[in-house]
Amino acid sequence: MATNRARRRGSETVRGLVVGVAGLMLAVLGGTGAGAQERPRYGGELVFVVPTEPASYDGHREGTFALVHPVAPIYNTLLRFDPTDRTGTRVVGDLAESWTIARDGRTYTFRLRRGVKFHDGSDLTSKDVKASYDKIIFPPSGVISFRKGQYTAVEAVEAPDAATVVFRLKWPSASLITALASPFNWIYRADILAKDVHWYETHVMGTGPFIFVEHVKGAYWAARKNPNYWDKGKPYLDGYRALVVKDANAQVAAVRAERAHIQFRGFTPSERDSLVQALGAKIAVQESPWDCVLLVGMNHEKKPWDDKRARRALTLALDRHQGSQALSRIAIVKSVGGVQVPGTPFAAPPEELEKLAGYSHDVAKSRAEARRLLTEAGVPEGFSFSLKNRNVPMPYEPIAVWLVDQWRQVGLQARHEFIESTKWEADLRNGEYEVAVDTQCSYAVDPDLDLYKFQSMGISHNNYGRYTDTVLDELYQKQSRALDPDERKKYVREFERRLLDEEAHYAYTLQWHRIIPHSAKVRGWTITPSHFVNNQLDTVWLAE
Amino acid sequence: MAVERAVLGEVPEVVERGGWRSAALDFCRARPLGAIGAVVVAINIFVGLGANVIAPYDPLATDYGAMLGRPSAAHWLGTDAFGRDVLSRIIHGSRTAMLVGFSCAFLGATLGTIIGVTSAYFGGRADLLIQRVMDVFLAFPLIILALAVVSILGTGIGNVIMAITIPMIPRAALVARSSALAIREMPYVDAARAAGFSHGRIILRHMLPNVMAPYLIMLTAYLGQAILLEASLSFLGLGVAEPTPAWGLMLRGAAVQFAESAPWMAIFPGFAISLAVFAFNLFGDSLRDALDPRLRTQ
Repeated sequence: MATNRARRRGSETVRGLVVGVAGLMLAVLGGTGAGAQERPRYGGELVFVVPTEPASYDGHREGTFALVHPVAPIYNTLLRFDPTDRTGTRVVGDLAESWTIARDGRTYTFRLRRGVKFHDGSDLTSKDVKASYDKIIFPPSGVISFRKGQYTAVEAVEAPDAATVVFRLKWPSASLITALASPFNWIYRADILAKDVHWYETHVMGTGPFIFVEHVKGAYWAARKNPNYWDKGKPYLDGYRALVVKDANAQVAAVRAERAHIQFRGFTPSERDSLVQALGAKIAVQESPWDCVLLVGMNHEKKPWDDKRARRALTLALDRHQGSQALSRIAIVKSVGGVQVPGTPFAAPPEELEKLAGYSHDVAKSRAEARRLLTEAGVPEGFSFSLKNRNVPMPYEPIAVWLVDQWRQVGLQARHEFIESTKWEADLRNGEYEVAVDTQCSYAVDPDLDLYKFQSMGISHNNYGRYTDTVLDELYQKQSRALDPDERKKYVREFERRLLDEEAHYAYTLQWHRIIPHSAKVRGWTITPSHFVNNQLDTVWLAE
Repeated sequence: MAVERAVLGEVPEVVERGGWRSAALDFCRARPLGAIGAVVVAINIFVGLGANVIAPYDPLATDYGAMLGRPSAAHWLGTDAFGRDVLSRIIHGSRTAMLVGFSCAFLGATLGTIIGVTSAYFGGRADLLIQRVMDVFLAFPLIILALAVVSILGTGIGNVIMAITIPMIPRAALVARSSALAIREMPYVDAARAAGFSHGRIILRHMLPNVMAPYLIMLTAYLGQAILLEASLSFLGLGVAEPTPAWGLMLRGAAVQFAESAPWMAIFPGFAISLAVFAFNLFGDSLRDALDPRLRTQ
């Protein structure tokens, strides 16, 4: 008996240990993913921090997360990114219940959900979707549409019946589904748009899980639960409040003092560490590669950067792997990546990245090659050039310090110019620079969005390298129209090889790293590589 | 007795004790705090000039294996967020501080003195016009005007020197003018005018040498101010840019981020700024006391 009891007690201990370790692993690997298995709790007000405020309330004309974070929960979009997908690339229906794509890839037919009502009590129909997308794709004169250029393939939007919307395309578009899941493409009421197309710039009214209460400029946004939300059982929260806190230290202090549950954009590694140290088990941390990257832009109209050997030398000099380890301790950068966020469907696997100039682990060999190329290009030892950078400390400053140091290793002297953002942008746009820290950031991970910038000057409005490369332009078109993912992946790889290796038009530094330390009470929210998506808050709930 | 010895062809005692050495010794005895300030200033200048030899490491050399390292035998004052030696960066930073400090103080005090004396000499409408222009500049606090100038001109050592010098000019002009107003009425200035000397000659040879005392006082006082302003501008991201070693720059960015876990990144450069400014102010105040005849007689 005693032996049996002891054995039973022993097995219980082992089982307890296994369960404990498994629980810990789940918590570590999945962040609040473990919480997704729990039964959501109703009630409570989510309080989060937004660092800045938008110019207007109209998602179609704005491009800032400062609008999406507090206002996205008021609206629905036609499609959305799956709120449980950490890659932020899997598209699911929001107002669209289902959709079909014609065999030629030029007709997309969406069936809308039934019983969806605007917060003013009117029914949502296909007319509203058509009116909203007409405003986005074919804006009337005097109306700004921030992302109009992403829908050049669309010929017409039709509403054949109250529950059906059809998008007719001029040519197949591999990214249309992603583009229709844009977190900015809120569906507005057609009648209101017909009366006043600017109404939504100053008013907030949608079909979303929350109803707008008030916005006190410079202070907060408030919204309450929509009791008639079409997705029965949601949302779980009674409401939310978005506090406008501009200062980064004050944002951290708000989370530390438990006055705010979360800030959805991201904190630095040191801020994360200080919160974890202060709050222990009360804080949960979710991290992800971020769909933003700082690039080295080289002005092809200035010598020696018109010579691809000199450009290749700049990228070959970078020890990205060591940089990743070191800089991730002090800055919001981490992964070594190519033109797509590591771990997402079209990203290059590590073994392929390794083959690109400057991505090898054999840094000595890369730097010897860089020196050889510089000599061949007639660039003397100690050659000095200016590195124009935007005076935003994080992560622009640490990246610049790292770049200057890396280039010193191959005998180049970069003079760091840390200039005001508006002047920096103007200088890059006007080609008044030699080498500059440039940036690329998208609202969603998709090759169309992430590669657009690198097409030839004249096609791309923000190709600050000032080059023309018809091969790249052609590859962009091919990947954009390739409906087969494998075929598209092949073209993206070719594009990447040409951009970063063969021509070295640009050099990628390190992928930004998104760090969200939040109250452990916040459940049902999953980090993605984009700080624009997954902010509808319909799946979010607060634990006891 | 002394007079007798002099008559007999012996060197008088007063001549033996004269000169700079004697003046310096008198200064040290009479104003020990000023002397301490002068020594620290001299050390700063020496360290700035010999930074390449004195600094144990290259101030730009990163060591990612030694990031945020505590003070140790290898790195006496620890390392920063890039593994750079803090001591070496402070030593090289003194060069930046001295370069900016001396350049701004010299240019500001000199140009201000010339304008002030000229304004006082001509008087009348010219004086009125110059003084109102100076008043416009004086209406702005030093740091605000420096910020405005640097935001127009951009960052970099040259622009920072200009940004700090410009607000100093009207302040120096005001002091120089008040001294020069008294000198203008002196008989020897009238005599120079009567002799037909040009305005330039009268200002340069007869008036400027007589405002040297306030000029020297301003020079030393502005040195400390310029160092503090340079550090402030760099701290605000408007001064010199990374990776240039500069004290104010060392206080921003990662030093703020890691203030709790790596306080040495901020403490030592902060101490260097305080020490230098304190030393320049001590020295400047003592110099003023020594050179100002009104204070000397008290």
